[in-house]
Amino acid sequence: MSLAANTKKLVARLVLGTVLMFGFGFAMVPIYNVFCEITGLNGKITRTGEAEGPLVVDQDRTIKVRFISVFNEEMPWEFDPMQKVYRVNPGQMQQTAFLAKNPTANNMVAQAIPSVSPSEAAQYLQKVNCFCFDRQPLDAGASAEMPMVFFIDPEIPEHLDSITLSYTLFDITDQQQLVEAKKDNNDKRSTL
Amino acid sequence: MSTADITAEHHDEHHDHGPAKGLSRWLFTTNHKDIGSMYLWFSLAMFLVGGCMALVIRAELFQPGLQLVEPGFFNQMTTMHGLIMVFGAVMPAFVGLANWMVPMMIGAPDMALPRMNNWSFWILPFAFGMLLLTLFMDGGAPNFGWTFYAPLSTTYAPDSVTFFIFAVHMMGISSIMGAINIVATILNMRAPGMTLMKMPLFVWTWLITAYLLIAVMPVLAGVVTMMLMDIHFGTSFFDAAGGGDPVLFQHVFWFFGHPEVYIMILPAFGIVSAIIPTFARKQLFGYASMVYATASIAFLSFIVWAHHMFTVGMPLAGELFFMFATMLIAVPTGVKVFNWIATMWRGSMTFETPMLFALAFVILFTIGGLSGLMLAIAPADFQYHDTYFVVAHFHYVLVPGAIFSIMAAVYYWLPKWTGHQLNESAGKFHFWMSFIGVNITFFPMHFIGLAGMPRRIPDYALQFADFNAVASVGAFIFGLSQLIFVWNVIQNIRSGKPAEAKCWEGAEGLEWEVPSPAPYHTFTTPPQLEGAK
Repeated sequence: MSLAANTKKLVARLVLGTVLMFGFGFAMVPIYNVFCEITGLNGKITRTGEAEGPLVVDQDRTIKVRFISVFNEEMPWEFDPMQKVYRVNPGQMQQTAFLAKNPTANNMVAQAIPSVSPSEAAQYLQKVNCFCFDRQPLDAGASAEMPMVFFIDPEIPEHLDSITLSYTLFDITDQQQLVEAKKDNNDKRSTL
Repeated sequence: MSTADITAEHHDEHHDHGPAKGLSRWLFTTNHKDIGSMYLWFSLAMFLVGGCMALVIRAELFQPGLQLVEPGFFNQMTTMHGLIMVFGAVMPAFVGLANWMVPMMIGAPDMALPRMNNWSFWILPFAFGMLLLTLFMDGGAPNFGWTFYAPLSTTYAPDSVTFFIFAVHMMGISSIMGAINIVATILNMRAPGMTLMKMPLFVWTWLITAYLLIAVMPVLAGVVTMMLMDIHFGTSFFDAAGGGDPVLFQHVFWFFGHPEVYIMILPAFGIVSAIIPTFARKQLFGYASMVYATASIAFLSFIVWAHHMFTVGMPLAGELFFMFATMLIAVPTGVKVFNWIATMWRGSMTFETPMLFALAFVILFTIGGLSGLMLAIAPADFQYHDTYFVVAHFHYVLVPGAIFSIMAAVYYWLPKWTGHQLNESAGKFHFWMSFIGVNITFFPMHFIGLAGMPRRIPDYALQFADFNAVASVGAFIFGLSQLIFVWNVIQNIRSGKPAEAKCWEGAEGLEWEVPSPAPYHTFTTPPQLEGAK
């Protein structure tokens, strides 16, 4: 094969490699999420919904579950757990709620992002229902009780006897308006 | 082929194929030597700009308290200093050296893709022009550190971050094109008989570096693209409010970032492996082990990235894996240092300027490598993380490491480029001022780092004052001594005693068989190598 043809073939391969690595950069996002889901690395709770089978309550163990609320920088809401600490048996369904109030004069939308510490515990905590599944709009001056229902998998290892569940509240009013504006535009376009 | 034959041949050609006249020579050139020179000049300009920023930083840190600049501007200086030195000074300098030397070392007439070569250079001035102009924009230049961790670089970034992102895209494209060109040149353009295991080590290290560039620069392009989308298109790759994860940014960034530090040091290994045998007048000890060590370092660089993130809250198994994988890199690196020392063992050593820089490289790079090993110890890293100890570590591997190797290379090959012998006394003066300046600057940083001074701050507690003052004095000695370098290079281009083709007695390699200065076109007919069929 001639030199030019050789070079062309090699360059084509190298360009392909470049494109694949660019793709790999983006592929790291789902890979990371799957990896975290398997290992519970980043304290994200992935188990949601109803329990799969009948729950066996392990009466011999109690686990301390602590709730804390965190505000992302300028979030002006009041947001507190109804009760800060629960002692639950593994397998026992527990309901609690957070009390939220929007003290500002504007209608706002918030999103709560949960995180579990130690992160190893994340894979044993199942949320049957949680306010953090949805965006939480609150009108100016309004307040609401935001419920959550959870249980702890009886298979939780012995050394985990205390779990902290933290909720960070983000103000997503601006983003929400952006999304709605886009939706409106699309609607207009489709009617044209 | 004898030297005389080549000289005669090249004189014939020289009349027909000289460079074009005026500015168009530089704008439209496809000649590897012209493009190599432009890369080197560009890198020198960026080195001086980035160096001035470093001096602003050191001047502010001379005393505790805020004297000269606002904290916001200080942050812009640390950020821009890092970005410019990494992407504007060190990387283009190595690409420039590759352009000049690789074709001559393997007996090729030019790079494999000369037009793309021109393009990959000319992107750079625009990329860095854009990056530097952010200093004059509303809200100022990027101020989030050269590692641009999200959400600092997304939610909390100045508006100029978009220009920063495009600048990174452009320099990434330039590096990738340069790397593709170098791989194609090395794999396809070698003279008959120049087998892979006969290539000079500088060529080998660049071949491996080029593969690293192709593998990780696209990931960098990917991560800044994700930032762009988070900032302007409402995605949430790194925004926790939208279900993203800021720690993901660090993983993607350091997957690029760790191989990147080897991109900045592997060609340096090649340069030192060329210079030490020349001035020890012995063959390089352990050529094959050098090649395999380089390849092992390149491989390991892909599986150690999280040692930059020991404090993010990794599980114990992760900490252990990344700790031991990192320590493993010391093995091939140790092989290299051993080989350089074994090359010098019982050699007839002389200490010309390039050799002084190469020797300083071996000693000071090893110091930087050892502080790297200390940082690799995960439990200890919690103490060192984000302190001046880290600053001392990476400056030891980058300044007397990468930068000294580039200076050694420039002094070593300058007679080949300009046709004039070196001014040794100016070169040695430059070396000793740089050597003393570098150590005064960066050695005390180990101590203030261990004592707990955090990096990237414009003001500090009184207890750190003395060592900071010492470091600032050293920085000005080092910075000003670079003016000797600039003066020396310009003088060498203008005048000097004519240099022979093989201007260093012990030098070996094809580049020493062409006359000095190297004619505009070399090896238009491939050289005959021993053992070629």
